[in-house]
Parts: sequence; C-alpha cells; structure tokens
Amino acid sequence: MSENQAARSTSRRASRWTSHRTTGLGGLLLQRLFQAGLVAWMVGTLTFVLTRSLPGDMAYRIAAGRYGHDMVNTTAAEAVRAELALDQPALGAYFGWLWDLIQLDLSRSLVSGEPVVAELWHQLGHSLGLAALAVLLSLLLGPPLGLLAGLKPNGMLDRVSEVAASVLRALPPFAVGLILILIFSVTLGWLPAAGHGRSAHGVLPALTLALALAAISSRVARNAMADVSQSAYYAFSRTKGLGERLSFLRHGLRNAAVPVVAYLGVQFVYLIEGVVVVETLFAWPGIGHALVHAIVARDVPMIQGTALVMGLMFVALNTVVDLLCYWLDPRRRSA
Amino acid sequence: MTPCLRPLLFGLVLLPLAAQADRPLAVVAPWEITGLDPSTSGYVFARMRVAETLIDTDAAGQPAPGLASGWQVSDDGLTWRFTLREGVTFHDDSPLTAQAAALSLEHALAKPGILDSAPIVAIEAEDADVVVHLDSPFAPLPALLAHSTTLILAVDAFDDEGRATQMIGTGPYRVASVAPPQRLTVERFDGYWGETPAIGSASYLAVGRGETRALMAESGDADVVFTLDPASRARLARHDRLALHAEPLPRTIVFKLNVEHPFLEDERARQALSLAVDRVGIAAGLLRHPEAAAAELFPASLGPWHLGLAAEEAQDVERARELLTELGWETNGRGMLERDGEPFQLTLRTFSDRPELPLVATALQDQWREIGVALEVAVGNASEIPSGHRDGSLELGLMARNYGLVPDPLGTLLDDFGTDPETMGGDWGAMGWRDADVAAWLDTLRQEADMDARAELAGQVARRLNEAMPVVPVAWYQQTAAVNAELEGFSIDPLERSYRIDELRWGE
Repeated sequence: MSENQAARSTSRRASRWTSHRTTGLGGLLLQRLFQAGLVAWMVGTLTFVLTRSLPGDMAYRIAAGRYGHDMVNTTAAEAVRAELALDQPALGAYFGWLWDLIQLDLSRSLVSGEPVVAELWHQLGHSLGLAALAVLLSLLLGPPLGLLAGLKPNGMLDRVSEVAASVLRALPPFAVGLILILIFSVTLGWLPAAGHGRSAHGVLPALTLALALAAISSRVARNAMADVSQSAYYAFSRTKGLGERLSFLRHGLRNAAVPVVAYLGVQFVYLIEGVVVVETLFAWPGIGHALVHAIVARDVPMIQGTALVMGLMFVALNTVVDLLCYWLDPRRRSA
Repeated sequence: MTPCLRPLLFGLVLLPLAAQADRPLAVVAPWEITGLDPSTSGYVFARMRVAETLIDTDAAGQPAPGLASGWQVSDDGLTWRFTLREGVTFHDDSPLTAQAAALSLEHALAKPGILDSAPIVAIEAEDADVVVHLDSPFAPLPALLAHSTTLILAVDAFDDEGRATQMIGTGPYRVASVAPPQRLTVERFDGYWGETPAIGSASYLAVGRGETRALMAESGDADVVFTLDPASRARLARHDRLALHAEPLPRTIVFKLNVEHPFLEDERARQALSLAVDRVGIAAGLLRHPEAAAAELFPASLGPWHLGLAAEEAQDVERARELLTELGWETNGRGMLERDGEPFQLTLRTFSDRPELPLVATALQDQWREIGVALEVAVGNASEIPSGHRDGSLELGLMARNYGLVPDPLGTLLDDFGTDPETMGGDWGAMGWRDADVAAWLDTLRQEADMDARAELAGQVARRLNEAMPVVPVAWYQQTAAVNAELEGFSIDPLERSYRIDELRWGE
C-alpha cells in the first residue's frame, strides 16, 4: 500500500469513526481507563513470558549487566540466582509481580538495585521532552506543507513533497539521524552531534523523529485538504462570495484538521518505535534507550516497567487525540 | 576611556587565556554507569580519577603504592599489612583512616568481585594500617587491591546495607553531578594529596553506538573518544584536528577445547588446529589491526608472562597436515579428514555480545576447512560456554578473556586452570586438561613473594600453556582513542584502570 493510499484510507477511517462512535465525553474517558488497565496487565504478562522464554541463563545475563562481562563466572551467576530467587518457579514470580503492580509497586532494577519508578522518572522526562519537541516540529513542517499541496492537487509542490515524503519515510530513523549529524554537526558545526545536558542537544534527535512524522502528516493533510477543496460545501463557500483566504480559514482548516489529528494517534506508534533507535544513536537517556539495555541485561522489572509506561503513554496520548477530535468535530458532541 | 570600562576591556583581553585553562574536557566511551557502587560501576569512577585504590600500578604495569604507601607480608604469608599514606582526605574533607579503608574493603568482599579469588578471612584496621588475614598464602593480593571493585570511599558513602549511595573518593577530581546511566561530570578537588591536575573540569558520557562516538570526535563535541569501530578509524585518521592512539589490551580472543573429546585429547591435534589459523589475516582483515594477531595468551603489558612470539610464525598449514596424518586422519574423497570412517567434525560455540566473535568463528571455520576439519559454528548466549563446560557438552568455545583485570593475571589463571591436578579447569579456561607441573607452578606462584622467582615461574606457565594448548590465543583486543590534537600528555592505560585525565593539559 502506498503512502497516499494509507493516508487516504486513514482519513476515511477517521471520518467514519468520528461519525459512528458518538459516546459522550465521560464514556470515552471511562473506556480509555478500562483500556489502560487492560494494556497494563497484557504488557506486563507478555514481557514476563517473553523474557522468561528467551534463550540463555538469566543469572549470567544479569551478572554481566551488573558486574561487567569480565567478571562473570559461575560463582557470580550463582550469587545472583540466590539473591533474586531465580530458581523459584516462574508462576510464583509472575503473581508476585502482579500483586506488586496492584499496589503500584514496580520493584527494583535487578541490575542497578535502584527502584524502577525512580529510574523511569529520570528517563521518562527525557523521552517526553524529546517526543513533544518532535511532534511540535513535525506539526510545523508537515501539515502546512500538506495543506498548501492539497489546495492544488498534482501541482509542482504536491509532486515534490510526495517524493520527499516517500524518501524520508523509507529511510530508517537511524540513517536520517546520521545524515543530520553529518550535515549539522560535522560539516556546519551548528549543533552538537550527540549527548544531553544543553537544550541544543535535543534538536537533532527531535528533528530526526519529526522528519519521518512530517513525511506522513503532510500527506494526510494533503489528502484531507484535497477532499475538502473538492467538496460541495467548500465550493459553496466560494460561491457565496468568500475569498480564498477566508474560505480556507473558516471551512477548510477545521475540516482538514480532523484526519490529521486522528492520524497523530497512529503516528505515536512510530514515535515510540523511533525513540528506541534515535535515543541510542544520540546518547539520549530516555525510556527507549533504557528498554534496549534492560533487555540485554535481562532486567525483568525494568523491562516490565518501561513497557508498561510506554503502553500507558500510548493510551494516554490517544485519549488526548480523541479529546482533540471531540473538540474539533461538533457532530460527535451533538449526537 | 572611563575608569570603569578599563578593567572590563582588560578582562576581555584575558578571557581567551582564562577560557583555555578552564576549558572542560569531554570524554566519551561506550560503558554505562550502572549506579554508584564500586561493585557495579567502580571502573568509571576509577578511570575518571574520582576514587582510588590502595594499590596503584607503575608504568610497567606492576603494583605500586597508591593510597597505601607500602605493604608487608608475614613470614607464613597469612597476614598482609598495608600502611596508609598520610595526609589524604576524602572529598567530604574527612581524613583517610584505616577504619574507612577497611570498611570499604569489607563491603567489597561481601559482593561478587575480584576479592572472591583470594582466601580472605578478615580485614581489620590497626593504627594506620589495614590488615588482611588469609587462610592460605596468596602472593597476588596487592594486585587484586588495584581493581576498581576495591575503591576506597569515605564512611558516609555507604548506606546501612553496605551499598554506596554517594561517591566520596580521594582522587584529584570530585563528582560534580552524576546522572546514571550516561553522564558524569567531575571538577578538580583542591585538597588532593598528589599533584594538582591541569584541567579543571571534565565530563564523561556513555555513548553506545560506535558511529555516534566517531561523529562526536569529528564534530569536536568530544575531546577524548574511546573504542572506535574500524570503518570510522580510517576516516578519523585523515582528520587534522584529531590524534589517533591504539594500545593492545590484555583481553585475548581465545578458543578453549574439550581435551576429553576423542579428537582433541592428543596435544598434536590441538597444535594442528592452532597451526592452521591465519592470525595475521584475522587481525588485519576482521579486526583491522594487523598487530592484534596473538600467538600467545598474554600481551607485552603483562610483563614476565609475555613470551614475545611472532604471530606470523604461528601459522604452518603443512605442519598441521603432518600432525593430523600422524594421528591417523586421512583425507576422504571430499577433501575432508576421516578416521575409522568418522569425519573430523566439531562444533564451536560462541556469542554475539562481542560482535567480532562470530566473525572470527567463521574465519576459523573457513581456515580449518583447508586442513579438512569440518566446523559447525553455533552462535548463542555467553552463558552456554560455562554451562557446556559444566555438563561436558562443549567441544570448542570461542570467547574473549581478560587476563589483565588486575596487574597480575594469576587470579584469572587460578580460576581458569587451578592448582589441583585432579580438578583443573574453569568456566573460561581449560576443560578436561590435567598438567601437574602447571598446577604446581601456579600453586607456588600463589605463595611465592620473590619477584625474580615469580617472573621465572610466570614464563614457565606461559610456555607450557602455549605448547599444550588447552586454550588457544587468536588475537588481542586493541583499545583505540581519538583525541583532540590540542590536548597534550595523552596515553592509554593498557590495564584500563585510568583515563589519565589528570595528566592532560590544553596546548597553546
């Protein structure tokens, strides 16, 4: 399926979905809350089963994560096994985790010994900052370009932006990031290549994510705008004597915005997948970076905690998107 | 000019000079900071010169006075007395006392770490001395006390459970901020007992991706970047603003053999496999460092253990074929070796935590096919080598072994080979191999304090291991660094104990 088809089908889905699902605001929030609980349970269970079924001896992995590869021998691994009761049946450990979760206790990292909540707090702040900047940049880049392209479908701007969007979406974020570092840090020397601590450090990782997000949101906006600009009500707004600018502002923008905002919800999947790669590339101490390291070190509570927060973030962000659509589209409120 | 403007302008003129002296140093390396405890990330704090150990190493890599100004061992070899240096203060201004030092060592002993290999009964403070009681003589004890898991921290650094919650050391730099898992900043500690370093502040950033590290060196975001991937190294070498450094580490890529396996029990079979290996080819082609080729286990930084064998001479495919013919192996129609209808077929286990290992494994597979040995490579998890060692299912295992965890490889060798001729061997060492001489020599080395006698024994052990080949060396790891060309005084510590940032200064 091409980018255009995907975007078109989403915009169709968005309009169908907004017109059919007309539960009230309270119902929507209640439904999302139930979803959050379900996601928490499923993510935790799945990560538990997956980490337990990975090949290799967990005790060795954790010992390597803690003390370094050079220090790992059977003595260290056995010490870890005894300390963490890894030889106990898995089912007991699972119910122990579930019981802790109900009490909102995510327990301690097997590697650092620090509470998982404290580590996540540090990392989540960095990831959310990065994600917010990425979404902001993508909204500044993508939709305006898409709207302009959609006003004149198949025009020069439309064709150029379609090619650019396809290329950017086809390149993995890793490659886009490297290209950006080469241009802005190595060649021009404007921005730091990687690291964190100063605000300038966030620009390149955020831009890397934003370019891929903008690639799609520009196409969604373009299709939405093309649909709107060819619709009867848009033609009528011109017929009744409104200028191009006023028609666009009063009748075009809001109608075209619904699918763009609805599609943001889908894009968060990409964002969450993207931070894992981008954070590692740019040495950004976020949650995606933490997840990769936790998996390597077989740090089960940390994997569960990170996956849980990512899952819940996804539900929360989608709720925000729903609320935005609810506000943008009066048909949902009146029904 | 108004009087108040003059000092301002004067200040502006001086600004570039002051900025040069205060210019912070940015160090980038791949290793993450797991926490504050010496048992998990002591190496970062030791390398950034925040905390120190009782024993230091000298330029030849031998134990030298650190926080202990001297040490003696009792005649029976069971009591070691380390006398503390006077006038040392911790970063919280508390003095270094024998109590504080003994407490740090007791906490280190309670956790998995380097002290596990020493027969320590008790650690006590007596006046200005730290006294260590053993239940059998153990000559390499000072070397163990140079390891970063035995850092000496202030009493207040530890919580009630003995975990370090603050990093209060005695080094020339103190922690300014620490944000695990990636970032640490340090600043000069004015109360340091030794020479005051030239550089006022430094940062450490853990960057996992090699490409990113190289680009940070290239863009000038980092002044010292450790561990460069081969492709980036070639590019950075052409850069005017960077100087490239490389140093072999005592971490050796080796394969261990199951000596109880019917194909491998004869020494000549193991020698034949070793003779068939093109070490220079592997080092130049896969590791991109021709000088990394290793014909022996221990590199030059391990002093008396190093024999000085040339890697080119370790390959002799003709001789390998002869040895195998002597053992009754014959080439079959497909060019592979057979004995009594059984093909010479083995499985080599390795793991991908170190990305070069699977590559080296496939090179061995190819090179052994030349002499008619069929090798199957199984890339799995690092724990499969120790577990295969224990249940006897391992045939060959390719791995990286660090013989330079401490200045004396004896601790590692005791784990890998052992002193009991009946039960010799270890997870990352010999398997099913018995040699009463090596066991006896290692046992003597454990007790012998005389340096000359030790050096001679070390050479004997190294030579015997090299003949009998229970473990076969392939290559040494190289530590590489890209360094800002304006920095002076840079060198790589082959034992990786220190980044030596206190010896650096900004050039004119």
